[in-house]
Amino acid sequence: MTYPDSSQGPVEGSAAVPPRFRIQAPGVESTGVGARRELGLEAVFEARDVSVSYGAKKALGGVSLRIPRSRITALIGPSGCGKTTFLRSLNRMNDSVPSFRIDGQILYHGHDMYAGNVDQVEVRRRIGMVFQKPNPFPKSIYDNIAWAPRNLGMKAGLDERVEKALRGAALWDEVKDRLKDSALGLSGGQQQRLCIARAIAIEPDVLLLDEPASALDPIATKSIEELMHSLKGRFTIVIVTHNMQQAARVADQTAFFSLDSSAGDPCGTLIEFDDTETIFTRPADPRTRDYVTGRFG
Amino acid sequence: MSGPVPDPAAPLTPSGNLRRRQIFSRVAESGATVAAIIAVAVLGIVIYTVVSRGAAAISFDFLFTGTPTGIGPAIVGTGLIVAVATAIAMPLGILVAIYLTEFAGSRMAGPIRLALDLMNGLPSIIIGLFVFGILVNHRHQSGFAGSVALAIIELPLIARGTQEVLLLVPGSMREAADALGVSRWRSVLGVILPSALGGIVTATVLAVARAAGETAPLIIVDSIFDGKSVSLNPFEVVPNIPVTIFTLSEEANPEGFTRAWGSGLVLVSFILFASLGARALLARSKRKMPT
Repeated sequence: MTYPDSSQGPVEGSAAVPPRFRIQAPGVESTGVGARRELGLEAVFEARDVSVSYGAKKALGGVSLRIPRSRITALIGPSGCGKTTFLRSLNRMNDSVPSFRIDGQILYHGHDMYAGNVDQVEVRRRIGMVFQKPNPFPKSIYDNIAWAPRNLGMKAGLDERVEKALRGAALWDEVKDRLKDSALGLSGGQQQRLCIARAIAIEPDVLLLDEPASALDPIATKSIEELMHSLKGRFTIVIVTHNMQQAARVADQTAFFSLDSSAGDPCGTLIEFDDTETIFTRPADPRTRDYVTGRFG
Repeated sequence: MSGPVPDPAAPLTPSGNLRRRQIFSRVAESGATVAAIIAVAVLGIVIYTVVSRGAAAISFDFLFTGTPTGIGPAIVGTGLIVAVATAIAMPLGILVAIYLTEFAGSRMAGPIRLALDLMNGLPSIIIGLFVFGILVNHRHQSGFAGSVALAIIELPLIARGTQEVLLLVPGSMREAADALGVSRWRSVLGVILPSALGGIVTATVLAVARAAGETAPLIIVDSIFDGKSVSLNPFEVVPNIPVTIFTLSEEANPEGFTRAWGSGLVLVSFILFASLGARALLARSKRKMPT
């Protein structure tokens, strides 16, 4: 099968990138920096023909894309299309799955993430992750945030760090008077924002969000989405969502994954990657169009 | 699946062979219920016998003086032997459990779990002989030898019990800790063990209760004492309750028998309260565990 230009484009790098792939978000200082490529923005991740298998089952194949810095990139697609698998490959969370195997390359700021000398702990130190279900530690609100910085030797100004993280996650005003209370007493939405605060407290470079609002009600979802807007710029954000409206609301660019059965067993793959607006209004691939217009999925 | 198809209009009373099936079902249910009642009754009868026969022996002198009036040194001695045994077995058992749940792959974990279960099934007299061979033969009996034997009995109980509660700690806690760039051992210390603490204490208390009553190894490695006093040096022979019960019950003197029952009552009370306390603790810590 042939992939549309937009999913192949970024791999080929330089001149071949079609114009519609350029990031055109207003107010972005995207010009005049030599290191930035044709994409218009420096890539944080560059996936080159990435395939993932769990044992004999191939979960994802042939994914190539570049995720630009300080932007929000959404991964959308139907269930089982490999979007979460791809996300978890970006901070090597899949390594703990015994039969996991990855082929191809994922470059992080130009470094091969799966090279032999790469340390998983160091990877996750820089690339934080927030999970589908809020998973605060059974500790106090304060200790949830302070635990990782303490263990990473960031002990100076811990109180300020905790406050800054909670403010960053728009949770400070709700919890400032009960920092010593158990985090398990917070509502689901608050717990998820606490998990985001916990992730940003160690000042990572990238935040990976795996359907962060799927277990939350619409009001809590809205606050998480607003939070994402306020965090972009400080962090590169990659979010998996199966809520298309959410992708449309928060993401600068969107990657559409789907199942591809052309090579025998169905296997997830990247169909199209482009500006969010393009994906939702003028998708190049008919499968993307069918999905975003609600014809399947 | 054979049999007549019921007439839909017939009254909803049993038809066909339903009556026979119901009788069979009731018989099976009664059988199971009776078996459960017997199990509880046996425990009840044992406890009732120990209490009714042993209560007569219990007095201040019995609990706090040495032979011939009391078993004070044996109570202290059992406490000492079991404490040393637990000090050996608890750290080892917890580390084994951590290895099994946090570090070993399934290929390693399976055989180790099996080994622990086999170890749990070792007859305690064999453990006693083994310890006799390495620590007592050509030397002398000691409380420490008894502790080593009891530690071997406690180790698989603590390791398996701890492993069970570590498995109850949700995988999402490990993922959360991993995703923060904290090394695995730090995650174990900071997140996983604290979440499982209640269960670990429970497993240890149950192991202590089991070890406190073990008699066979102590008869071989720590039994030649007069019970008049107790030395707190575990490398001496240390008096203990199980061997005291055994010795008293061998006496021709009927009063010795009463004191054997009294000693039994002391031991059984300790084990019962320890077990019940451990259960309560486990229930509490399970409620506090995140889901």
